[in-house]
Amino acid sequence: MGNLSVRNLEAWYGAQKALLGITAEIPEKQVTAIIGPSGCGKSTFIRCLNRMHDTLPGAKVSGDILLDGKSIYDQHPVFLRKTVGMVFQKPNPFPSMSIYENVVAGLRLNGERRKAKLRAAAEKSLRMAALWDEVHDRLNYSGVSLSGGQQQRLCIARALAVEPSVLLMDEPASALDPIATQRIEELVTALKKTYTIVIVTHNMQQAARIADFTAFFLNGELVEFGPTSEIFTKPKDKRTEDYITGRFG
Amino acid sequence: MKKKRPRASWGDRILRSASGLTAVLVVGIMIWLGWEMFVSSRQSLHQFGWAFLGGRVWDPVHRIFGALPFIYGTLVTSIVALVIAGPIGLGVAIFLSEMAPATVRSVVGFLVELLAAIPSVVLGLWGIFVLAPFLGKVVEPWLGRRLGFIPLFHGAPVGVDLLNGGLILAIMILPTIASISREVMTAVPTVQREAALALGATKWEMIRIGVLAYAKSGIIGSVILGLGRALGETMAVTMVIGNMPNISPSLFSTAYSMAAVIANEFTEATYGLYLSALMEVGLILFAITLLLNIFARLLVWSVARGPKGGHLV
Ligand SMILES: Nc1ncnc2c1ncn2[C@@H]1O[C@H](COP(=O)(O)OP(=O)(O)O)[C@@H](O)[C@H]1O
Ligand SMILES: [Mg+2]
Repeated sequence: MGNLSVRNLEAWYGAQKALLGITAEIPEKQVTAIIGPSGCGKSTFIRCLNRMHDTLPGAKVSGDILLDGKSIYDQHPVFLRKTVGMVFQKPNPFPSMSIYENVVAGLRLNGERRKAKLRAAAEKSLRMAALWDEVHDRLNYSGVSLSGGQQQRLCIARALAVEPSVLLMDEPASALDPIATQRIEELVTALKKTYTIVIVTHNMQQAARIADFTAFFLNGELVEFGPTSEIFTKPKDKRTEDYITGRFG
Repeated sequence: MKKKRPRASWGDRILRSASGLTAVLVVGIMIWLGWEMFVSSRQSLHQFGWAFLGGRVWDPVHRIFGALPFIYGTLVTSIVALVIAGPIGLGVAIFLSEMAPATVRSVVGFLVELLAAIPSVVLGLWGIFVLAPFLGKVVEPWLGRRLGFIPLFHGAPVGVDLLNGGLILAIMILPTIASISREVMTAVPTVQREAALALGATKWEMIRIGVLAYAKSGIIGSVILGLGRALGETMAVTMVIGNMPNISPSLFSTAYSMAAVIANEFTEATYGLYLSALMEVGLILFAITLLLNIFARLLVWSVARGPKGGHLV
């Protein structure tokens, strides 16, 4: 569960084309990193995977994306997003909600009202996000009372609570300090047992540390996609080599 | 060694004392105003005491004065206005900030703001010549037939009444509520909306948990501002409310408001007690507005605090 197959995906912002026909197989229960210089289309790409791109006025896509063999365009985006969760660059807990309410927000949207179920799901998700020990005695505090790193793990817990099969992360650690970043990286590695993870990062060391597969994007094109070790040790494309050796970007 | 203060601190000092002075001035004027009104209404305060607040009779010929009909008229018209303009204003704000395409947004936004530019006397004229006949001949008889069993809609339809006053006020405060709420909603960060969408929220659910929850203290603020405007409005209300000091549970009854009675009878107040009674009505209006604002502060403050340790906008 959670295998993504991207077929000739193109994406536009109005008249500007941001993705020029991407084809890739993202394997299930692995970490796939998306790397590339700023503005190359990394965010656009993963925002297509849960159809968040479609919500922007003037935005357009063509091509197809299959999730476990079924086109994501054949189901309503509201249902798709329950299967394909997302974590954003800047932590964005709901400030009007407590820690607990943040975690169960998605379940409540699904109509779950039973207290016991919600409690259990909240604890499970917070444990998976490695946040439970830090917050279990103050679940009724505001989500924004936490530190930046904790807020980001709260957002991960919030995404996990609806039990998706794919988790998309758009530079989830770029706003965090090194220690918080390390915790997120450990978390990603632990979560891949259960989830397919697609993570955007502009930090190549991070990709090398946590990703099983790496995709290198440049100017809206997927230049190279393969096992992380191969991308970093023997890239096939000259442009990949230039990028990872720091000759541009 | 004595350190020399840098020269820039002179500017700081001047700015600080100037802004301090203006702050004191504003508070001072408020207190002075209240005090003056208190002094001017002494005669009435002395004569009627607390009974003035509950007095239902306003009879200058027999020197009997009670403020209740005016308090009632002001509060009821304001509440009617709020009940009508609150939901509509919020709806317009949601439409403009979350749904309308850019062109519609700017056109409708402009029209709503244009509504605020209509002079209240013009609205009053419209209320007399257009709204009153329409209410009296169409709306009120219909409401009476359907909902006449509720005292609120019971009685002979006139058209010049509490309902008309409330509707005119609703039109006047709608732009305030709509445009301020829209500003607040537009200021909600996109990542809040996307956080909701990413969890599988529908459009409406996104608006509820991503936008309204985030903006609620500002929305409450806009409603309170509208209410403040409704309480003090004079001209338009006095033109359509009938100017009779009645207290009737029916919205189809003529009534009077505090601001209206002061404006209308000030020139006719031929003896001291009469003038003093009018002053006391003004004092009550002042106090109600003040209390409302304090209450609003507390409300916004408690809402803005959200859950423990949090802080909204
Ligand atoms: N909301 C938007 N409207 C218009 N153009 C956009 C928008 N978001 C991104 N772009 C453009 O699309 C291209 C890819 O952007 P993005 O996917 O955000 O890059 P990355 O995440 O790799 O930095 C860039 O040229 C950027 O300017
Ligand atoms: Mg990006």
